[in-house]
Amino acid sequence: MRYVIIGNSAAAIGGVEGIRRVDAASPIALISAEPHHTYSRPLISYLLWGKTDEERMLYRPRDYYEKMGVTPLLGCTATKIDPAKQIVRLADGRDVPYDKLLVATGSRPFVPPMAGLDQVEKKFSFLTLDDAHALAAALTPLSRVLIVGAGLIGTKCAEGIRHLCRSLTIVDMAPRILPAVLDEEAAALVQRRMEAHGIAFRLSDSVARFEKNLAHLQSGAEIPFDVLVLAVGVRPRTELVEAAGGKVERGIVTDACQRTSLPNVYAAGDCTRSHDISTGADKILAILPNAYLQGETAGRSMAGEDVPFDKAIPMNAGGFFGLHVVSAGDLNGESDIVRQGGSYKRLVRRDGRLVGFLLVGDVSRAGIYTALIREQTPLSSIDYELIREKPQLAAFSRAERAHMLGGVQA
Amino acid sequence: MKRIYVEEKWCLGCHLCEYNCAFAQSGLSDMVKALKDVPIHPNIQIEEGRGVCYAVSCRHCEEPLCVKSCISGALSSADGVIRVDRDKCVGCYTCVLVCPYGCILPTQEGPVQKCELCLETSAGSPACVRGCPNRAIVYEER
Repeated sequence: MRYVIIGNSAAAIGGVEGIRRVDAASPIALISAEPHHTYSRPLISYLLWGKTDEERMLYRPRDYYEKMGVTPLLGCTATKIDPAKQIVRLADGRDVPYDKLLVATGSRPFVPPMAGLDQVEKKFSFLTLDDAHALAAALTPLSRVLIVGAGLIGTKCAEGIRHLCRSLTIVDMAPRILPAVLDEEAAALVQRRMEAHGIAFRLSDSVARFEKNLAHLQSGAEIPFDVLVLAVGVRPRTELVEAAGGKVERGIVTDACQRTSLPNVYAAGDCTRSHDISTGADKILAILPNAYLQGETAGRSMAGEDVPFDKAIPMNAGGFFGLHVVSAGDLNGESDIVRQGGSYKRLVRRDGRLVGFLLVGDVSRAGIYTALIREQTPLSSIDYELIREKPQLAAFSRAERAHMLGGVQA
Repeated sequence: MKRIYVEEKWCLGCHLCEYNCAFAQSGLSDMVKALKDVPIHPNIQIEEGRGVCYAVSCRHCEEPLCVKSCISGALSSADGVIRVDRDKCVGCYTCVLVCPYGCILPTQEGPVQKCELCLETSAGSPACVRGCPNRAIVYEER
């Protein structure tokens, strides 16, 4: 059996580890356009902030490929999948044959058409290690930075580079920051914390046009800048599978074992479409835990062990200048809100189940809430009063706790 | 695989496990110096209320969501023990968000802390187990 993986981040590594759970020996070739050893993409903001370095941000140790029996083809771009001949064509003309292929190509920055963007000299995306280096090299203590997009990429980028520039402004069309993750109140708390660190926001506004180093906003405001970061969003990299005739609906369509519509071709991570069990909708869930779990599922299935992954939910965790935020699931439903000593908590119920939550400040033991969403636990089976107060195992029955902590079979 | 198991019917709620854990982590040889008037941050914690009490610490899951979800590669699992490399951890708390037992703990300084079965501490084997006066916490195969 010859396994081939396109990609080198969480979903790809999950794939390697999934395969090796089942098949210890067959060769795995891993193709990556980036020339780097596997590293943690979300850590690039921490790298610029000085909270990690290139060695510590490796996603797996230096000897990983060797230990796992992986032949890395780094700095090689896959240009075509031929599902009939079962080969992957590389940009240098080489063909890599496969018996089972995992496509873990991730996402690319989405840059909407903006008038005058071609006049902007120093403009950057913020997704890869090379992006981070290029951005850092362009910054000076006198730089005025403009970030377009107040999502996770834009806000984490701002935190990472604030100390490297003179001023920093974030523009977003949405009326609040992190609109996909936070509600109004939580967003306001995070925004206040970021403003206290000298970050300015222009919300409910957008760039109408660029005139060299001047951004004209829809509102009429003008923002002069030296360095521009485009963090509007990302789009799945689906083109290899699409060109090969595989089914794509915004993301690559797979079954719960991560099989695409092409024979012997699997896909995992940000390039795929997921089934979100908190809403029942199919959507792109570009988050790292989901990518790893899908990759692992794909790897196991490629090696002959089908264990469906059917518990995907949106989840995000992160800090902003020391203010921690975690969220999971869907925030549409009946809400219980608790405000206590600067912390904010919102639990959301629907049809007798917890479907989503949001914590700002005190995030301890949040995973107990997440498990209720993931397992779709009927709230009638636990003590909701207790768990609303704080996440605790006391809310479960004695028998359930004996299973959790005492090793008693359920 | 040996694991820590707790029996809530035997737990007195004495919190000795928390003190023994904090002492083992401190690396000090004098328990008074290690614990007296010092805020402690044990990896095992007593939950109590509504007539029950019991200790909760990392279950060292066979399918560890924390390890699989870790964005930095700081959490790893080997020989049935889940460890955190605090030098790699950036304190994003994704693991806190996914642990179904609430056993990965945020810290003031950022990187998370968790039970590593005292393999690296001066105790050498789980200090919470050795110090439990009522065998409410055991370390055994089941």
